[in-house]
Amino acid sequence: MKDETPQDRGTGAWLRSGLPWIWLTAGTVSFSLIMVFGLLILITLRGMGHFWPQGVVELTLDNGERVLGELSDSETVTAARVRSLGIEVPEGQELVDRYLIKTGNRDVNGTDFRWVTAVHVAGTRHPEPVFVAEREEWGNFYGYVEGLEENGEAVASGDDPWPEIAARLERTQALRERIEHIEKDRMGSVNYELEHLRLRTRELELENAPADHPGYAAIAADRAALDARYETLAAELGALYEQIGRDTLIARTTTGDVRKLPFAKLVRVFQPNTMGLGAKLVHYVDKAAEFVTDEPREANTEGGVFPAIFGTVLMVLLMSVFVTPFGVIAAVYLREYAQQGTVTRIIRIAVNNLAGVPSVVYGVFGLGFFVYFIGGSLDALFYPEALPAPTFGTPGLLWSSLTLALLTVPVVIVATEEGLSRIPRSIREGSLALGATKAETLWRTVLPMATPAMMTGLILAVARAAGEVAPLMMVGVVKLAPSLPLDGNFPYLHLDRKFMHLGFHIYDVGFQSPNVEAARPLVYATSLLLVIIIITLNLAAITIRNRLREKYNAAEA
Amino acid sequence: MQPKPEPGTAPMTADADGAEKPAEAGLTHAVGARALREGAAPAEMPATCLEVRKLNLYYGDKRALNDINMTIPEKQVTAFFGPSGCGKSTLLRCFNRMNDLIDDVHIDGEILLEGQNIYARGINVAQLRRRVGMVFQKPNPFPKSVYENVAYGLRIQGVNSRRVLDKAVERALRGAALWEEVKDRVHDNALGLSGGQQQRLVIARAIAVEPEVLLLDEPASALDPISTLKIEELIYELKKDYTIVIVTHNMQQAARVSDYTAFMYMGDLIEFGETRTLFTTPRRKQTEDYITGRYG
Repeated sequence: MKDETPQDRGTGAWLRSGLPWIWLTAGTVSFSLIMVFGLLILITLRGMGHFWPQGVVELTLDNGERVLGELSDSETVTAARVRSLGIEVPEGQELVDRYLIKTGNRDVNGTDFRWVTAVHVAGTRHPEPVFVAEREEWGNFYGYVEGLEENGEAVASGDDPWPEIAARLERTQALRERIEHIEKDRMGSVNYELEHLRLRTRELELENAPADHPGYAAIAADRAALDARYETLAAELGALYEQIGRDTLIARTTTGDVRKLPFAKLVRVFQPNTMGLGAKLVHYVDKAAEFVTDEPREANTEGGVFPAIFGTVLMVLLMSVFVTPFGVIAAVYLREYAQQGTVTRIIRIAVNNLAGVPSVVYGVFGLGFFVYFIGGSLDALFYPEALPAPTFGTPGLLWSSLTLALLTVPVVIVATEEGLSRIPRSIREGSLALGATKAETLWRTVLPMATPAMMTGLILAVARAAGEVAPLMMVGVVKLAPSLPLDGNFPYLHLDRKFMHLGFHIYDVGFQSPNVEAARPLVYATSLLLVIIIITLNLAAITIRNRLREKYNAAEA
Repeated sequence: MQPKPEPGTAPMTADADGAEKPAEAGLTHAVGARALREGAAPAEMPATCLEVRKLNLYYGDKRALNDINMTIPEKQVTAFFGPSGCGKSTLLRCFNRMNDLIDDVHIDGEILLEGQNIYARGINVAQLRRRVGMVFQKPNPFPKSVYENVAYGLRIQGVNSRRVLDKAVERALRGAALWEEVKDRVHDNALGLSGGQQQRLVIARAIAVEPEVLLLDEPASALDPISTLKIEELIYELKKDYTIVIVTHNMQQAARVSDYTAFMYMGDLIEFGETRTLFTTPRRKQTEDYITGRYG
């Protein structure tokens, strides 16, 4: 080290040592990780917190007004801004704290939320008897119990009305379940069959069948039977509705208004300020379960997202069913049969570029090609009796899956080709040398060994498809679908139906909702759910791939 | 390598014949030309299995095999040796038309398998490969069970009866001297076997379809000495039932296992004859130089 030059010292040496490079690369990785985990933690906290029962606070303002509700947000703003809203703020104060209170009672106040400036709050308390009622409409109710009514007559309930309320709520909910079962399942299937009869009649008319055609008589008989079934159900339903309307909860708001809350419209009643940790946990689990398993209420801002979960998963599965064989077959041709030359190279470039086309363009293509052209032709050929109402000539589950399959097929092709090219020549030769033809070699040896690569392609395809929203808005997703695409009516899987999707649900709840403040936590919860579902789908695919890899480890070696 | 004793007692006295008409036979394919001229083999010589006539092979414009003529006797071991790139593997791969898989390969001339030209039009290549089995340099078992590896060729032929397959698999594994080692794990993945076992498995796989000819392309070059020994013993056993053609760049191995030997150099067949003769009294100077280590 005698001939040490100036470059061997100081920053020059530090740069050449490679240390900054390590710092830079490691720093970039850390930064990415922090971003990803930060995002996940944010949506997890915000999403999961939504179901925790908040305490209810009663604020007394300096003008004597009382505000009852949940503290949902607080912020510090400049006094000037508050003054411009016409609220008095003491002179000399620059900044003002204000609270966002979820007051509920939209049927009384007109809004769910209210800003309260901190300087005007004269007193705060957490009244124990206050209760919260989640309702089927008009949002939450915050107030105090006045009494109970049965068929319009007051019921004495003693000092503690709560056991009575809980019992009556349970009864109502059992009735509601029965009503739902009749309306959705039994009446639904009668209606479904009636619609079929209408289409059969129309079919006969289109065939110019004579009026004494035996078909008409059969249809009439079927219709009479169905009408009779419908009548029975309607009578049953009427009785149930009478029963469910029996009880009413009388409640008083903090401002003294007395409201009648029919039990039939109540979903859940609880007293958050008296709940212990255990009760809160039960409430939390109950709410979370409702979110995952129930249908949405109140313009998607309350209730669950089950139809959206179901639609997302079903659509992704269908897409996988379409995209895998298509992509694999295309890749097999490109890699195994096509003459490798300029043409195949151009095709490969084209396929790779397809992956870069913006997804909304696929949506437009899907609408124009699948929905209007193919769907329209199918309707004209096979469903003329339903026209002018389209069957397949309208956005639906089938077209959504096909559009997304088209969107993701390049990924599968590229991954499968990669896998095929990695299979050693010696394995193919070994098979051919035993007298196998090329096709036999492909089927018995090459393709099984390429399955891990196909799964990799599918994993990437699923990851992309599950998160797509833009093209789906054009080819089949709606904000509220009346029925699931899978049900008990033949043919069980209804590919022509529109469906709900978590990605679109997030957009709809977050940006299209009439009640954005109320919906915001739901956006986080839905996002969390979408991420969990995509991760689950991916993990399932990765597990399958790893199993296959273990089986064919030579191919990856 | 010590020259083997008893020179000149070989049935096929290539020296004398080749020396008679050197000009006509040409420098490069003395023995083959002789066989071609004489038609039927002499009484001492075993029946002909494969006959190569004026075979030329081109990779694009480059000629890789020059006018090869030779006869490969039935149920004997014939070894091809020579330096790397001399065309010995290429020639071997002509016998089951493996070179068809390579783009840009052009072949003219004939190879007769029991009198029928395998390069004639209308030849079913898959059928041909069932008659001419092949084992490659590197063991290439399929990522399946030992059993399925051996049964592969039979399944391809449509044999699916469990009973038939069980028998055939056992027979092939015994034939490849592997049965005792794997009989308890025939349903385990073949990739779990050792390299030597894998190579014997591949041989078992090849003999399971009962071919007439077995082509071995440097079957022991990727193996350790003990496994090599086992493979060589196996070759000795197998020649009772199969015509074996083996490629090796290892002279000692050629001398040890083969009955007939061909020395190739730069795409030419320099000399072909009975192994003992070729190694003790080579006729060509090139052969002598190569086996005495003067070049190559």
